Amino acid sequence: MTARDKARPLVSLRKITKRFSTVLANDSVDLDLYPGEVHALLGENGAGKSTLMKILYGFYTADSGSISLDGEKIQLNSPLDARKHRIGMVFQTFTLVPAMTAAENIALYLPDLSPVLDNEKILSHLDSLAQRYQLQFNLNLAVRDLPLGDQQKVEVLKLLTAKARVLIFDEATRVLAPHEIEGLFNIFESLKKDGYAIVFITHKMREVLQCADKVSVLRRGRLVETIDCSQATESTLVKMMFGDVEPPKLEIRDKRAEKEKDVLLELKGAGTAPTAVGTQLSQIDLKLKKGEIVGIVGVSGNGQRELVDAILGFLPLTEGSKFIRSRDATSWTPKKIRSGGIGFIPEEPLQMGVVPWMNLVENTALGDLETYALYGGFGLDWPGVAAKVEESFQTLNFEPLDPHRPVRSLSGGQLQRVVLARELGRDPQVLIASYPTRGLDVHSAAATFGVFAQLRDRGGAVLLISEDLDDLFKFSDRLIVLYQGKIAGTFAPQEIDRHKIGHLMTGSQIEAAEGGG
Amino acid sequence: MPKNWLSALARYVFILTVALIAYAAVLLLAGKNPILAYIDTFDFTLSSWYGFSEVIVRMTPLLFTAIAVALPSRAGLINVGGEGQLYLGAWLATWGAITFTNLPASVFIPFLVLLGFIGGGVWAALAGFLRAKGYVNETITTLLMNYIAPLVVGYFVYGSWRSREPGASAFPQTAAFVQEARMPRFFQTRIHLGFFLALLILFIYWFVLEKTKWGLKIKGIGGNPEAAKRMGIEVNFYLIAVMFVAGGIAGLAGMSEVTALHGRLRAGFSPGYGFVGFLISWLAGGRPLGILAMSFVLAIVFSSGSLLQITQGVPFAAINVLMAIILFIVLMKPNLRRLMS
Ligand SMILES: Nc1ncnc2c1ncn2[C@@H]1O[C@H](COP(=O)(O)OP(=O)(O)O)[C@@H](O)[C@H]1O
Ligand SMILES: [Mg+2]
Repeated sequence: MTARDKARPLVSLRKITKRFSTVLANDSVDLDLYPGEVHALLGENGAGKSTLMKILYGFYTADSGSISLDGEKIQLNSPLDARKHRIGMVFQTFTLVPAMTAAENIALYLPDLSPVLDNEKILSHLDSLAQRYQLQFNLNLAVRDLPLGDQQKVEVLKLLTAKARVLIFDEATRVLAPHEIEGLFNIFESLKKDGYAIVFITHKMREVLQCADKVSVLRRGRLVETIDCSQATESTLVKMMFGDVEPPKLEIRDKRAEKEKDVLLELKGAGTAPTAVGTQLSQIDLKLKKGEIVGIVGVSGNGQRELVDAILGFLPLTEGSKFIRSRDATSWTPKKIRSGGIGFIPEEPLQMGVVPWMNLVENTALGDLETYALYGGFGLDWPGVAAKVEESFQTLNFEPLDPHRPVRSLSGGQLQRVVLARELGRDPQVLIASYPTRGLDVHSAAATFGVFAQLRDRGGAVLLISEDLDDLFKFSDRLIVLYQGKIAGTFAPQEIDRHKIGHLMTGSQIEAAEGGG
Repeated sequence: MPKNWLSALARYVFILTVALIAYAAVLLLAGKNPILAYIDTFDFTLSSWYGFSEVIVRMTPLLFTAIAVALPSRAGLINVGGEGQLYLGAWLATWGAITFTNLPASVFIPFLVLLGFIGGGVWAALAGFLRAKGYVNETITTLLMNYIAPLVVGYFVYGSWRSREPGASAFPQTAAFVQEARMPRFFQTRIHLGFFLALLILFIYWFVLEKTKWGLKIKGIGGNPEAAKRMGIEVNFYLIAVMFVAGGIAGLAGMSEVTALHGRLRAGFSPGYGFVGFLISWLAGGRPLGILAMSFVLAIVFSSGSLLQITQGVPFAAINVLMAIILFIVLMKPNLRRLMS
């Protein structure tokens, strides 16, 4: 690579604009990508990062603006076009066939796959690539048996074998444990040396400062600025991401109430039946006491969903027992558990929490029909429901929403508030929250944690399931690590560091020479 | 609201107009005169009280079978088994009618209504159960069970239930029911109690779905079963219960046909009321007034089938062509506003 190459951008985006009905997702954005550089795209959720890169990948076409490659204007109408121009993208959710081996997955993606597969040749080619870029792992394992860090390597290898020069990573670290994130950054380093241009989409400043050469900050679809990472600090980046609107302070641990000893929810040696698709739980001992937030740490797919379902009564326990406020609830129905004071924030509110075409009031009534039924069920107290909705929104300090709009027309943050208001309106003692801030902007996320703190402070308890280590460390009073359906450890957040947790999460050995972070 | 109403009405009129024009083309191709056919149809149905009353008679089973499709559809279930449920309702009612022959009418009729409901209900609940357990999709089971039900009826009317009356025994049918087992008719026409029962059930259907907590639960399940489950609603119970009630309602169609009209159970007595009910529910989008209106229209179509066979020599099966055309247009979801502009 010569100095001249560095001076000329490999890819230039000019005045890219993209509108989705009412949302201006990208507003006249300029971006230059240089070979041998990691270029971070930073911005809060909904800022338009994914949209911009999906345009470069031919997934969406821009309403206006142009793209040039090596100084020549190109037209990208489909991902196939982009691949022909050697642009590749790793999506937020991986696109691998779980039952096939890593090698097969990669072969499937090759542009010049021969009619009769020459496995030897493909494998040796992959091996040499893997060696060169520190991507080693067992290529002959089925993808579903690979840890997520290795699945990511499969995605990278896929792009490399397809000869991509521009590699786009969309929220690539979201599902990775800390040591796997470091591994990914090392891969970036070796790719940089060979002149690849890398785009790294993220909403975490720490990662930007760790791995990127340049950073472009997007805010509400507009490019705020592109700067060299050598000049960036966390505080300059915060300013750029949020403008004058300071992100609300999320720190709420200090306000924690005196801890009481009452156990609200307990699992004793709980286990579930083996399943073909999910994770089998075994020997789960878990106590949720009054006035605490317990965080479940783990790479998703290690039994989080099953744990929630077991607590809520959707998944029967095949061993052990469950107690709700010291009463044996092992064989309670979901309905009984729900009326026993347990609330639930599902991981996908739209899919699992509400009926999309019904409005706010109807959805609230549906969550608590026994309360609102009149004349033994022959009528419903609609004014009562509406009043309750208003009251819950007020107590939670949420901005009121139109109660008669179908909830599917609400944004992710608004929807989350609907579910929160409904669940907390029922005065639960225990709230089970699955990935409650996934896809939320900072303000909605802060509001959500504020609500959890409220509940905790008035003597309730929250079981917080999340994949965001930052949040878990910040808000939990206790952390429980879940790995392959078992509890791999229980800690107070101050007595463990991220790396140790990361290794417990992935079941990997802790190397002797450990830096600690 | 009235605007919605008008546009719905406009849609129905549009669909029917297009369907009638298309059907006219089919009749022309078959060498018949469509104008005469339509005039005949009008003359024999709407232009006289007798013709009108016969339309109401035809409409009765269609109302039942349409509700039997509309109700489960609100819970996200597709019940294509109205025909089979109708047969089983008739079958169980017939068992009652020929077994307990000395009950007084005031007990006998409610008893037969109950049996008809249970017959169709259990038959459909079977499909609901298999669905709730996650074994088989209800669309497939209800569809296939349609082929079994007439055979069940056939087994009995060709076998142990077959009439031994002179003359009647030439046909696969049971003996005539005693008078106390016959549903009353009104106005010196063939309009019978079943029609008013159907209207009552249509009203209950509307009331339960729009006003009660059970209706809200059913709609919740239909709108998002995953969420409903998580809100503590007993989804599996409702899937089975809704199928039971729907099958029961379809069973009433069969029960009222045999007790009010035929007075005995005959093999293959339904000309496909169960299937037409599906079409009606689709056309009406499950809306009660739509069901009422569409049942009426389809009843006219049905009447014209037998009529044109006699007056114009058009085979009865030709009305299937018309119904298929209507279904096609509905499935294309014509967007009136776009067509107008
Ligand atoms: N396919 C789509 N249809 C409608 N709106 C969309 C679509 N994709 C993204 N958006 C909207 O565009 C905005 C930017 O989204 P996105 O690019 O995904 O943000 P980011 O990746 O920065 O979180 C958001 O408001 C989002 O709701
Ligand atoms: Mg994104």
